[in-house]
Amino acid sequence: MKTIKNIGLVIFLIGLGIFTVLPLIGNFKLDQTTFDQIVADKGFKSELFIQSMQTEVVGREFSGMTSLSPKIVDALEKANAQHRINKEYKKVIYTSPHDMASLIGKTSGIGFIANNKGLMWFLTFGLGIIGALLFILPNIILQGKKGIKNDGIYHENATNKGWVAWLVFIFLVSFYLVLYFRPEFATNWTYLVDPISESLSGNPAGHWFVYGFMYCVVMTVMAIRMYIKYRHNVYQMVRTTSVLFFQIVFAFLIPEIMTRLQMPYYDFKNAFPLDYDFFFQWNLKSLLNSGGIGLFILVWGVVLTLVIVPVMVYFFGKRWYCSWVCGCGGLAETLGDPYRQHSSKSLFSWKIERWLIHGVLLFAVVMTGMTLYSFFEETSTVLGIKTQSIQNTYSLAIGSVFAGVIGTGFYPIFGNRVWCRFGCPLAAYLGFVQRFKSRFRITTNGGQCISCGNCSTYCEQGIDVRAYAQKGENIIRSSCVGCGICSAVCPRGVLKLENGPEEGRINPTEVLLGNDVDLMDLVNKK
Amino acid sequence: MEHIVIIGNGIAGVTAARHIRKNSDKKITIISAETDYFFSRTALMYVYMGHMKFEHTQPYENWFWKKNRIDLVKAYVNEVNHESKTLLLSDGNTISYDKLIIATGSKPNKFGWPGQDLKGVQGLYSKQDLDQLEANAPNNKICKRAVIVGGGLIGIELAEMLRSRKIPVTFLVRESSFWNGVLPKGESEMINEHILEHHIDLRLETNLVEILSDENGRAKAITTDKGDTIECDVVGLTAGVTPNIDFLKDSGIALGRGVKVNRFLETNIPDIYAIGDCAEQHEAIGNRRPIEAVWYTGRMMGEALAQTICGKKREYNPGHWFNSAKFLDVEYQTYGWVFSEKGLKENEQHFHWRHSKEFICITIAFDKNSRKFLGINTFGIRMRHEIFDRWLTEERPVDYVLEYLKDANFDPEFYSNYEAEIISKFNTEFGTTISPKKKSWKRIFAKA
Ligand SMILES: Cc1cc2nc3c(=O)[nH]c(=O)nc-3n(C[C@H](O)[C@H](O)[C@H](O)COP(=O)(O)OP(=O)(O)OC[C@H]3O[C@@H](n4cnc5c(N)ncnc54)[C@H](O)[C@@H]3O)c2cc1C
Ligand code: SF4
Repeated sequence: MKTIKNIGLVIFLIGLGIFTVLPLIGNFKLDQTTFDQIVADKGFKSELFIQSMQTEVVGREFSGMTSLSPKIVDALEKANAQHRINKEYKKVIYTSPHDMASLIGKTSGIGFIANNKGLMWFLTFGLGIIGALLFILPNIILQGKKGIKNDGIYHENATNKGWVAWLVFIFLVSFYLVLYFRPEFATNWTYLVDPISESLSGNPAGHWFVYGFMYCVVMTVMAIRMYIKYRHNVYQMVRTTSVLFFQIVFAFLIPEIMTRLQMPYYDFKNAFPLDYDFFFQWNLKSLLNSGGIGLFILVWGVVLTLVIVPVMVYFFGKRWYCSWVCGCGGLAETLGDPYRQHSSKSLFSWKIERWLIHGVLLFAVVMTGMTLYSFFEETSTVLGIKTQSIQNTYSLAIGSVFAGVIGTGFYPIFGNRVWCRFGCPLAAYLGFVQRFKSRFRITTNGGQCISCGNCSTYCEQGIDVRAYAQKGENIIRSSCVGCGICSAVCPRGVLKLENGPEEGRINPTEVLLGNDVDLMDLVNKK
Repeated sequence: MEHIVIIGNGIAGVTAARHIRKNSDKKITIISAETDYFFSRTALMYVYMGHMKFEHTQPYENWFWKKNRIDLVKAYVNEVNHESKTLLLSDGNTISYDKLIIATGSKPNKFGWPGQDLKGVQGLYSKQDLDQLEANAPNNKICKRAVIVGGGLIGIELAEMLRSRKIPVTFLVRESSFWNGVLPKGESEMINEHILEHHIDLRLETNLVEILSDENGRAKAITTDKGDTIECDVVGLTAGVTPNIDFLKDSGIALGRGVKVNRFLETNIPDIYAIGDCAEQHEAIGNRRPIEAVWYTGRMMGEALAQTICGKKREYNPGHWFNSAKFLDVEYQTYGWVFSEKGLKENEQHFHWRHSKEFICITIAFDKNSRKFLGINTFGIRMRHEIFDRWLTEERPVDYVLEYLKDANFDPEFYSNYEAEIISKFNTEFGTTISPKKKSWKRIFAKA
């Protein structure tokens, strides 16, 4: 069994290794007709850009994106700068230099990788999946009988912030940096999944398709790990199945199929303000121009946020979204599960959390207010501030850096819910409902707590669960995503997630710790 | 300002300190020799098993003590002088007190076995024991086998710990079945099976005779009263605990096995109190033992005494008995009293149900004449403390308990429920026609 695991690990690392070098290798050659086609399609009017592309790029063979990308970026930046000096604003090209490199790169791949997509898929994704499964499946036997499976978590390098964890950290952060800021380096990755993308939406894959596909694959593989690890807890099994379903069907398949049907690309479960650009002008316009379905999406999006989400939180707590449906939550609960213990439980972190998450919510609301004002008033500024620049700041700082690079990249160091805990505006909104008007609570079972600390240690949201449980208090915290792990790891059966009547949800403390108190005492206290 | 000095920073002492602070402005000092800060002894096993780091066992952050003006002194108290109201510390310093709370806990029993002080022989009680175990049994290369002596709750925890590092374990148990002085037969036997399933070499009705030494004074083997010699590198002594009160021998404080106290937790000397594992009631309370060495009672005594110290004199008046533990993968909870065959009370009758495949079972004790419900043991099913506490207070008949058993279930959502199966077995055995009532929030949250 151990050997199978090790073989799996080696196979996985080979797959991962090939995947990792792909951005740096491969040959590219942009031929004249393709270039002309792009210029015509995009309507580029900059003769400077076209000229320098003709001399520097077209017809030449480049080995590796590292040599092609700077040429394109340079050509575009120089051309734009010159046009701005000459005040020829019509000629300026608004596609960002790296998106341009990505666009051109995609059409100019030649050689082995671009010609052997299926094989390359197998050597990366295929080996990765097979290796990971070989690594994970023996746990059915190795982990023994069902029960709490946290043995050795703090002895293992990978789960105790050792060098493996730091390597994973560097890998994840770099991956997100490429995705958000240097998409041209993802070009070879897109070839691997072209066949899949074409069969779904009819279009070749872009780097976001790679991401979406990878997301589903990683979640599926890691969900299998969850099933094995939490065999003793049916709640975990059901919940994991649910997030997996919503990710694959709602976040991945439906939007792709909608594209094939000429409908707008839309993830029906992605609620505003997590879906922060829902009200952005380009999106509203695109929805309004898409006929019936566009209108439906518009109404759905508004109803989802204003009615469905809060009503569901009232009945079931925020968990129905954050750990049953949400994609970010889905990744956190599968890929992130081995790191859940790293969330800080200090009071200090809780203070930071409250400032940050509510700050982001405020930011999102103000930004959306400005956006809507600009949209209806048909102006580009509000009180002298450019709406566009606020949107850009949010997209960059919150949408990309916080949610992506930090949110996921920092899993191995700060735990798996950094974004959900400190940044997600939707979580902040749901949190208000959960805290003040909901039937959800984690019930503490009277006086049974032995203050061992397992619940707090494994709370991914950094809630000091024990602090409540040892006083006999129910846990009612806005940040609780209801993952149920505290209840799963408690060795004394103290915690239960449940939806009950609101009355009595917040219970008086230290009543049933065991000492029979004088009833008059209690009455007087009230 | 009145100075309250507490010896021992365990659950009892710390709970007392916290509640005294809540209710008063008195000066509070906690003296303890074991660790700088309070930690949860019950969680020691999880540190060795790698579930947590030691810092995670500390329920309060380090700033807590200063903020709440609870002074911590790390020292061992050598002597208590009640005439001058001073304590003599091992570092030569003295501390004077106005009121003294003794909360010094327990120490592992040693019954004078030959070789009990050899290297590699240890108990499992303190942080130091944990460190020692880490040194004695870091892995199964250095510790090729461990023998555990004493089949109680700490013994089985130690076995689980060692097994988490794949160390072969031999488990010597004096009784004919695991913990059957406490657990009824059906349950005890189920746990035997579960222990074996975890590849622990369980030896029932077997006693330790001698621990043999190698040339360096390290344990190398043990012999049993069955005539076996078992080679091993570590011997774990877990045959119960006794109050840790040797330093009080000549203090004038009345001692039995523990520090003798009355219901107000007062000793024979004014202004000196004892709580937690080390306190011994003059007379046992109800079915309880005079010395109750469990977490919960330490906490309750701490709470009760804090009230007394702050001027609201309050008896230690524990409610209905409850407890919980975990045997490897099987959780155990108990409410009220269920006695084993050895201690069965007059008129006590048991109803036992066990799952056909899984390690899940319950035993309900009731009075065979009045049908009054006496208590329940559950294995692998979680039950609501509040509900059972209320039913015990209301002296419900066993039939009522079964009828409303669904209200008491505390398992996580989506778990299989067994009430119907349990009740149908009860009906067949006792000729009743009880049918289970659906769970009702209204009843669950109704205040008694
Ligand atoms: C491994 C293990 C698992 C357990 N699991 C459970 C469980 O699951 N459920 C349960 O209910 N109970 C459990 N218990 C029992 C429970 O931990 C004890 O009942 C409880 O900790 C006793 O608390 P206490 O405050 O009375 O004493 P302690 O926690 O023992 O604290 C006493 C402190 O006083 C210090 N001290 C003693 N003498 C002196 C002196 N002269 N000068 C200075 N300091 C001194 C000691 O070093 C110690 O730090 C477990 C015990 C162990 C060892
Ligand atoms: S609630 Fe459970 S896991 Fe948390 S401290 Fe208490 S006993 Fe331990």
